[in-house]
Amino acid sequence: MKTVIHYIRSLFLLELFKGMSVTGRYLFKKKFTLNYPEQKAPVSPRFRGLHAQRRYSNGEERCIACKLCEAVCPANAITIEAEPREDGSRRTTRYDIDLFKCIFCGFCEESCPVDAIVETRLYEYHFEDTDKKTGAYIMTKEKLLAMGDKYEAQLAEDLAAQAKYR
Amino acid sequence: MAEIRNYTLNFGPQHPAAHGVLRLVLEMDGEVIQRADPHVGLLHRGTEKLAEHKPYNHSIPYMDRLDYVSMMCNEHGYVGTIEKLLSVEVPERAQYIRVLFDEITRILNHLMWLGAHALDVGAMTVFLYAFREREDLMDCYEAVSGARLHAAYYRVGGVYRDLPEQMPRYEMSHLGSEKEMKYRNQAREGSLLDFIEDFTERFPGYVDEYETLLTDNRIWKQRLVDIGVVTPERARQLGFTGPMIRGSGIAWDLRKKQPYAAYDKVDFDIPIGSNGDSYDRYLVRIEEMRQSNRIMKQCVDWLKNNPGPVMVGDYKVAPPPREKMKDDMEALIHHFKLFSEGYSIPESEAYFAVEAPKGEFGCYIIADGANKPYRLKIRAPGFAHMAAMDEMTKGHMLADVVAVIGTMDVVFGEIDR
Repeated sequence: MKTVIHYIRSLFLLELFKGMSVTGRYLFKKKFTLNYPEQKAPVSPRFRGLHAQRRYSNGEERCIACKLCEAVCPANAITIEAEPREDGSRRTTRYDIDLFKCIFCGFCEESCPVDAIVETRLYEYHFEDTDKKTGAYIMTKEKLLAMGDKYEAQLAEDLAAQAKYR
Repeated sequence: MAEIRNYTLNFGPQHPAAHGVLRLVLEMDGEVIQRADPHVGLLHRGTEKLAEHKPYNHSIPYMDRLDYVSMMCNEHGYVGTIEKLLSVEVPERAQYIRVLFDEITRILNHLMWLGAHALDVGAMTVFLYAFREREDLMDCYEAVSGARLHAAYYRVGGVYRDLPEQMPRYEMSHLGSEKEMKYRNQAREGSLLDFIEDFTERFPGYVDEYETLLTDNRIWKQRLVDIGVVTPERARQLGFTGPMIRGSGIAWDLRKKQPYAAYDKVDFDIPIGSNGDSYDRYLVRIEEMRQSNRIMKQCVDWLKNNPGPVMVGDYKVAPPPREKMKDDMEALIHHFKLFSEGYSIPESEAYFAVEAPKGEFGCYIIADGANKPYRLKIRAPGFAHMAAMDEMTKGHMLADVVAVIGTMDVVFGEIDR
């Protein structure tokens, strides 16, 4: 009897039709794909995207050149040079993040005592070239501050949301 | 009659079915494999050597990049070793979070394996369905750590941050309707734990679907049954671990045999195979996904009812809370000290292994009193499995090589390190 059932089953391709019924059902179901550039996947406030440097509300840059991010960076992607400014306060004269070296671990953001270096939600970016002279892949201090100015509202919101977990 | 000689075939390193950069030198007699010689090392990045030059904590993100489809399990193996060396007691909540995410990782890995394996063998659809579930799980990864793959979530002494109370949601765009957004955000109304709970409810149904597509399918069976048979004795001699040894019928699972984290407090079974062929290993992995789902459910229940710290209070190994760092000099010093110099481990050595989705993943660290390891040895399960390539493919056809590579679940990040 068992062999008979087995024969009937394999003759009528039962398991294949069962499988096809699953795929057939999905053919008429609601699609779960996103239309990417228009629709985007949700991004968490902890997201570690492209870097930015923040300022205080009075326009003063936050970074005090303590070089903790430089020390903590596992990939040695950060280079900092600092000297006292005219008003005597300690600031960076150079703050470079090499985006080819960066592994986006978020340690710089975690270590920064003044919340100056942060990682934004931005994950779509590109460089025009990899030329060392133009240095398109290096986030300089100017670029970082510009990023910070552009996304400050979102960054402040994300940091406030995360404050209780840190 | 002219003499017919064996010829040699290069398989990879850029063959799409080689799962990365495997280079196989196959000695063929017609279409039958006489000898398979795997060449490894094309993805060698020197993780072990790199770790010797940086403080202990700095190597955690590098562990993600070993077996890049089971990220958090690798981290667990590494931080576990350091915790063993330092005798750090991890808070219970952190241990449950680790178990939860180890199991999420296991499902992530097995789904990736299932999809890729099916794709190699000739079934396309499973791949698409498996990635739909992976998307949900990677959203969990992102919600806790901020990265979808390279999480760097486990830290020595606990985990990075507690589970978020708000799951990120889809936002309206001009393409989608409000109804669609509501449908997409259905499970995302509550916290991360609610989302995972919802996932554990849905997931067994999905596994049933994969099984409907594959388990009884005649083509799937023809390609897998009796391919790459490993006897229990040989599996033991070859140093197999994980689903590879369980497929051969030996109930060896570190989660049961030497429980770590909170595995002794959760209830689950170890599936084993009987024939030791590719098909049995497939069944074992499918059942493991169901068991992982069961563990996740228990963890979610526990985590919902037991709030608490997720990091040890010892500021020598774990950073002090942000608020404390801001207005306590001592804490600020600890913060700076920890992130710049790290901590030193007195002269000692330890080995700690976890049951990663692929098998036993362990780290052996020799500490010489400095703030970085004197030597770090990584025991990757895939390496031992890869070594059995010759034995498993001998006498099979060329097309079966692909099935054997698939069943071994090789990932070159961990084999080449």
